[in-house]
Amino acid sequence: MERDVLHRLLSDMLLSRAFEERAAEEYGKGNIVGFLHLYPGEEAVGAGVLNAAAPSDYVVSGYREHAHALMRGTPAREVMAELFGRADGVSGGMGGSMHIFDAERRFMGGYAIVGESYPIAIGIAYAIAMRRLPEAVICFFGDGAVNQGTFHESLNMAALWRLPVLFVCENNHYAIGTEIHRHSAVTEVYKRAAAYNIPAEKVDGMDVSRVYDATRRALDLIRRGGGPQFIECETYRFRGHSMADPGSYRPVAEVKAQMARDPITTAIGEAAIRLPTQAELAEAGADTIARLTARMVEAGHLAEVEMEGLRKAADAVVEDAVQFALHSAEPTMAAAWAHMTCNRRDEVLI
Amino acid sequence: MSEETLYWQALNKAMDTELEADESVFTLGEDVGLVGGSYRATQGLMAKYGEWRVRDTPISEGSFTGLGVGAALVGMRPVVEIMTVNFMLLALDSIINAAAKIPFMSGGQFRMPLVIRVPGGIAKQLGAQHSQRLEHTIMNVPGLRIAVPSTPQDAYWQLRQAIASDEPIILLEHELLYFSKGPLDILAEAPPMHRAANRRPGRDVTIISYSRHALLSAAAAEELAKDGIEAEVIDLRSLKPIDWDTCAASVEKTHHLLIVEEDCRFAGAGAEIAATLGERCFGALDAPATRLAGLDMSTPFNGTLEAASIPQVADIVAAARKLCRPAKTPVAAAAE
Ligand SMILES: Cc1ncc(C[n+]2csc(CCOP(=O)(O)OP(=O)(O)O)c2C)c(N)n1
Ligand SMILES: [Mg+2]
Repeated sequence: MERDVLHRLLSDMLLSRAFEERAAEEYGKGNIVGFLHLYPGEEAVGAGVLNAAAPSDYVVSGYREHAHALMRGTPAREVMAELFGRADGVSGGMGGSMHIFDAERRFMGGYAIVGESYPIAIGIAYAIAMRRLPEAVICFFGDGAVNQGTFHESLNMAALWRLPVLFVCENNHYAIGTEIHRHSAVTEVYKRAAAYNIPAEKVDGMDVSRVYDATRRALDLIRRGGGPQFIECETYRFRGHSMADPGSYRPVAEVKAQMARDPITTAIGEAAIRLPTQAELAEAGADTIARLTARMVEAGHLAEVEMEGLRKAADAVVEDAVQFALHSAEPTMAAAWAHMTCNRRDEVLI
Repeated sequence: MSEETLYWQALNKAMDTELEADESVFTLGEDVGLVGGSYRATQGLMAKYGEWRVRDTPISEGSFTGLGVGAALVGMRPVVEIMTVNFMLLALDSIINAAAKIPFMSGGQFRMPLVIRVPGGIAKQLGAQHSQRLEHTIMNVPGLRIAVPSTPQDAYWQLRQAIASDEPIILLEHELLYFSKGPLDILAEAPPMHRAANRRPGRDVTIISYSRHALLSAAAAEELAKDGIEAEVIDLRSLKPIDWDTCAASVEKTHHLLIVEEDCRFAGAGAEIAATLGERCFGALDAPATRLAGLDMSTPFNGTLEAASIPQVADIVAAARKLCRPAKTPVAAAAE
């Protein structure tokens, strides 16, 4: 993989990780209130998919979406201010962490109702198809979300009319506290796409380059008129479902084993010239060692100092975002009313 | 013999008692089993009664609510928990087109002993899609009953009564009440499920409310008392049917009616109450029935705006005061 792509992937993942850990801290301080669903552990999916997308593509996501927005390019300042509920937030403080919208970057929303995003995604895709544009829609959803009726209804229509949608399942094996074996009769999510003749593949969602490559291929097919495509990314969230959830239903051993497959470690490993220490290898777990080592031998694009620089840069962006959010004003009630009637023309109704 | 109990514990106790007493009772919903429910209402019950009677479902509200309808048709007594009222929108077909209508459409051939438990209301900065009240939608559907318990005692009584009933009943529980405390006497005799409760006798103004806002209204009444205004607080407990007699008796005594609701004002429960009592108590009212309600606005995420979008205790106090002691007109003031 090219050096600059790797750098982008790595920077995005580092930014996302730093942003989320800081958001958790700010939540603890009371600066962020409500539901806050964090992304650590799943960065490779967002980074891989979104870096493979074109600026003209659209993105539709769920409630664990502010990391997606960040990686899509929404300024960290505006995302953090939205989490704080401030006027300078990307949704004016009206939406909050689950409802990030950024029209400029074609980030078409965070939706908090599970299963709500598919129909919206195929609607955008329908418009693209009608206008014969070379664009695509990326629709993110979780493993738990594939049990909504809208999943089946939307996949059927997408296939029927060959709509330009890329369905991306972030399979972290849990729907809040319910493990996939207890919520799905078919646990290999990608196989469900076969019911609608949608080409689908499963990729290791802890491996950012695989996610990136798979997305490139899928988007390429879509742009050549191949109709909808489906990617299942196997991943894991390191934290609870949201800040309100300690995640105590998951065995400690399972969480530890998954954390050893940290996608950032994998990406660093891939990009660095440095060989891992014995201790790091042991910690990474047997299955990832082979992958890590082989790639590092081949790649060798990044030095340790540079790595430190990337980390510091991410931290600086996040610190700046927090300061920005803290100093941003509260939105006014007048602004709220203006948003309620933002689509009214010059009629006076009452 | 009453014991201080949390609202969720009262629901849990009611569920436990009914599961124990009747094999046809079962409950299902997202995370009700292993996790014990988002608000703990079913905590510990799967371990006690097993997976078939306390079932974790996939995220499929439309179909698992419909499953409840099907099971009720053949004599089971399902208690469907929909994680929050916002997701009940996905189950409205099963609720409105099936549960509410099958007993009627079949010419009375079927019972519908279905209970749907839903947390709802505005909690703390959960955003527009998770901060709704949908009572207005279901109140308008013939064939449904709606209970709105505001205390642990009512939560206990009304859940048990709902399970025992052969009608489809929706229990609207408020997300901010699960960890509120109150006395629970499991041996006390329950009033009818739809009976309104007079929470505080008073002579000057009747405040009618329900769910969490009934508690805020009671707090407002204490404030008003310091000011010499004695408010009578009626907690409806049931939104369908509404216990009109209890309401009318109070209005006929106080001659002033203030209705307090968290839901949006337009076409909400308050509109129904104002219209019906306005007709029925026209002669007794010294002033038009007044509504204090949520703004007709999607709930803003920002905490300050969120709080400003629904009535707070101070708003209730101000509205009651204004109703009882209307501000003097400039002319009258000048004449004094
Ligand atoms: C229709 C609906 N039902 C239930 C919920 C509550 N809820 C929020 S997230 C979630 C689990 C979703 O799991 P999954 O799709 O796997 O996504 P993940 O959070 O794991 O990324 C549930 C049940 C909801 N938001 N919307
Ligand atoms: Mg999941």
